[in-house]
Amino acid sequence: MLRKGIALAALGLAVLSAPAAYAAGGALPPKHVEFSFEGPFGKFDQAQLQRGYKVYREVCSSCHSMNLMYFRNLGQKGGPFYDAKYPNPNDNPYVKTIAAEYQVKDIDSETGDVIDRPGTSADKFPNPFPNEAAARASNGGALPPDLSVMAKARHHGPQYIYSILTGYKNPPAGLKVSPGQHYNPYMNGDVTAAWSGPHDKVPPGGFIAMAPPLAAGQVTFDDGTKSTLEQQAKDVAAFISWASEPKMEERKAFGMAAMIYLIIFAGLLYASYRRIWRNVAH
Amino acid sequence: MSGHSNYEPKTGIERWLDTRLPVVRLAYDSMIDFPTPKNLNYWWTFGGILAVCLAIQIVTGIVLAMHYVPHVDHAFASVERIMRDVNYGWLIRYMHANGASMFFIAVYIHILRGLYYGSYKAPREVLWILGCVIYLLMMATAFMGYVLPWGQMSFHGAVVITNLFGALPIVGEAITTWLWGGFAVDNPTLNRFFSLHYLLPFMIAGVVGLHIWALHVPGNNNPTGVNVKSKEDTVPFHPYYTVKDGFAIVVFLILFATFVFYNPNALGHADNYIPGNPLVTPAHIVPEWYFLPFYAILRAVPDKLGGVLLMFGAIAVLFVLPWLDTSKVRSMRYRPTAKLYFLIFVVTCLVLGYCGGQLPDDHVIPGLSTFRLFDADLNSFVWLSRIATLYYFAYFLIVLPILGLTETPLPQPESISSPVLSHPANAPAGAAASPEKRG
Repeated sequence: MLRKGIALAALGLAVLSAPAAYAAGGALPPKHVEFSFEGPFGKFDQAQLQRGYKVYREVCSSCHSMNLMYFRNLGQKGGPFYDAKYPNPNDNPYVKTIAAEYQVKDIDSETGDVIDRPGTSADKFPNPFPNEAAARASNGGALPPDLSVMAKARHHGPQYIYSILTGYKNPPAGLKVSPGQHYNPYMNGDVTAAWSGPHDKVPPGGFIAMAPPLAAGQVTFDDGTKSTLEQQAKDVAAFISWASEPKMEERKAFGMAAMIYLIIFAGLLYASYRRIWRNVAH
Repeated sequence: MSGHSNYEPKTGIERWLDTRLPVVRLAYDSMIDFPTPKNLNYWWTFGGILAVCLAIQIVTGIVLAMHYVPHVDHAFASVERIMRDVNYGWLIRYMHANGASMFFIAVYIHILRGLYYGSYKAPREVLWILGCVIYLLMMATAFMGYVLPWGQMSFHGAVVITNLFGALPIVGEAITTWLWGGFAVDNPTLNRFFSLHYLLPFMIAGVVGLHIWALHVPGNNNPTGVNVKSKEDTVPFHPYYTVKDGFAIVVFLILFATFVFYNPNALGHADNYIPGNPLVTPAHIVPEWYFLPFYAILRAVPDKLGGVLLMFGAIAVLFVLPWLDTSKVRSMRYRPTAKLYFLIFVVTCLVLGYCGGQLPDDHVIPGLSTFRLFDADLNSFVWLSRIATLYYFAYFLIVLPILGLTETPLPQPESISSPVLSHPANAPAGAAASPEKRG
């Protein structure tokens, strides 16, 4: 009986843990790419986060906001510019310098006038557009999504970001791409309406308003890493993954301690159980 | 809580208190001395596990409410802020979000255990009905909790579910407007959901108190389904079951921890990390996994009102189950035919859950398009849902009432102790124990 029960429970768990099969439009599954932060012991690679931040700052941030991010986050534990010498990220000179390179709108407390002042570590990443209408107007009607939690907002987030950035392709013959749109086989969507080829051979993927944002050599990495398209895409995917889940390393470290504790506790309880029940026929 | 009390106050303060408010006596009688059948297996540990789940949800939930902002403009960001800037906020929030899933895993096992071992039969009908009330309250609480982060699935899930009430004739529209606090799902809806999400868990805790009270009057059922006959059949709850439940709870917490620490978003939906936007509808609106079987039943019916009635009927039928099952034998251990139907029922529930996550018109077996009957494509999830829905209701309304009258059950043991003594592990070498008596 118990064995059957366990088999049933295992079946139930297998069904639960099977990746929820929500049809993913017609997009290709994301490319396989390995990141240092995967698995129970995975950690972010600080040099990669720094490179990724540079890609975000020099390329992505001209259209994409990161409204949940503050400059201080860059210097917090696990962040791209964390330095053990500055446990308070607000003291971190890198963070201060980066923030001060931006001009931030504020109110002069004496006069009430709107002024520009250099950013501080307490400021949010500035939004590239003052409002949604302005963002759409500059991007052919499309709204560049906020990237703060992008790695959590898509299935297989880091791989998805990497695949979109490196996956642009010339549209196959027979696919009509409207002006301001681009074909990407990793983008969710359905291109059937724009397809004039055979009905059973509709190309995978969808249209995306973002033009291919990255190209080899576009960002110069300060650590001498070769600036290929794949490298830039991978680094910025890592940066966005960190921004989406900045407490991931803390979570996994805490989890390891919790697991060890629980497993030892379970062992002790099982031993107690056997001892207490040893004289009871059951 | 009932019956004879063996509590003897030992200290002066206990004696003083016992004549004024016998709470120590209550605790002693219900958690230490309580006579419990000695043959309970691990399926019986889920009651304790559920109590722990409820406590975790209430404690983490109260802390989250200190930081959460119930406003459509701030809810999403406030949840993320909890994860980023509140000390151990990520832990509290992930425990709460995954805790809901763990709660449902445990409650489904607990319910299935009750179904298999006939724990709903006399004299435990009230105990069972109180359990159904708890389950109903849990579903309402979980649904409203999922709306609070105000992501895309929160918002559109709330729209879909509240619109169901619009299917009711005459009063439907008025009820939906009343639920929304306006003419669409908006800030008033979020505010009242937050308020109710905070209230309902305490109502659950109250009904859990009644559930335990109703358990302690007739005492536990047990895997044989045979009544306790003598003191031989029982052991005191403490330390025998405190240690066994404690072990099971910690093993369950290990499963819980693997989700919280290593896969915190595996049971959720990625779309809920996109802020709720009434103008953009997600491609597929799906509820959390624990509602998928009911979602499949809802979509199996072509008529909206019919679907709503059937979905609620799927839960309502549980309330009258004690009077639907005609068998006098409690445990299915001695009902081989019922055991088979029960196994199909479990598979049916899993199939319904799977169908609930699929698009209704998609093919069950891809590439096969020959299963057509008139207009119906039988090789589609909607048809699989229909077949499964049919069996779900048939199990309660046809199988259990008829089977109890027609089947021939296996012989039941005289008492709880007798199969224990004839258990293969305790039998003298060479003595063959009857297989149906195996624990």
